[in-house]
Amino acid sequence: MLRFLTKIAGRHLALALSMFGLWLLLSGYFTYPTLLAFGIISVLLTTWLAQRAGMLDREGVPTRVFPGILTYMLWLTVEIGKSNIAVTMHALSPRLKLSPKMVTVPAYQTSDLGKVIFANSITLTPGTVTVDLHENDILVHALTEDLADVGGMTAMGEKVCGFDGLEGREWARQRKAERHAAADKAAAERQAGGRQVGQ
Amino acid sequence: MIFDILSWCLFLLGALFIIAGSLGMLRFPDFYTRLHAAGVTDTLGVELMLLAMIFQSDNWITIVKLLLIALFMLLTSPVATHAIAHAAWVGKLKPMLGPDLRRDGDAETREEDA
Repeated sequence: MLRFLTKIAGRHLALALSMFGLWLLLSGYFTYPTLLAFGIISVLLTTWLAQRAGMLDREGVPTRVFPGILTYMLWLTVEIGKSNIAVTMHALSPRLKLSPKMVTVPAYQTSDLGKVIFANSITLTPGTVTVDLHENDILVHALTEDLADVGGMTAMGEKVCGFDGLEGREWARQRKAERHAAADKAAAERQAGGRQVGQ
Repeated sequence: MIFDILSWCLFLLGALFIIAGSLGMLRFPDFYTRLHAAGVTDTLGVELMLLAMIFQSDNWITIVKLLLIALFMLLTSPVATHAIAHAAWVGKLKPMLGPDLRRDGDAETREEDA
């Protein structure tokens, strides 16, 4: 029953409920029946208008990014704090030691929304600004050599892929497997090299 | 009382980050690097100020509204930053690169001048 309901009107329901929640929080009216009725009517009218305008699709009401985006935002807050401190140190240091750099970061998010979230996250962390966006990569301007951390930004992109649809998740899993294989290979080579030196 | 002390600490910390951001904006050498300094005021400075205000407020509706302001700051400020940076990039403003802060066309322009 619930599955059937979410299949035919899932996005309508999600939009209407979230808008009504926002209306309640912003207005703070919980007891006046007249005002509540008007609130419900306005929410229904807006949902109908959104449906008429064709905005109730996977871009307009992106229900699939929840709940994954919430943990991502917590993680991002910590990252923002760290790089903020780094940039502040540069701004306050008596002698400027900047080494700006342009780097390209791969962005294989499946949807446009995923790309927007990824590019915005890069811009949001101080020290890196998204300058240009191509089909499958992002051009980033970084304040110093250390802040131009392509590996770190790619890892951030994989986190975004993790909550952005099935294909993105597949890509993130592939990348992780490749990285593990490379690490294993490097370890094996190191071991072999060590043995040779030992002989 | 504890909330008062906490919120004052956050106010002062936020002010420190905003001052650092403004100072960086004045000190950094070119357009793109100055954007990074502006990012400090945009994110940690403003968010700490809003957090401090949350500790000062006494009813929950104010807290909800401040939280929403914080969320929308986080959503909109990178869009604005990217719009400015992209406009400069499309307008062919070259960034200073490397530790010696060289622009790509610097040598050629000097030859043309001579």
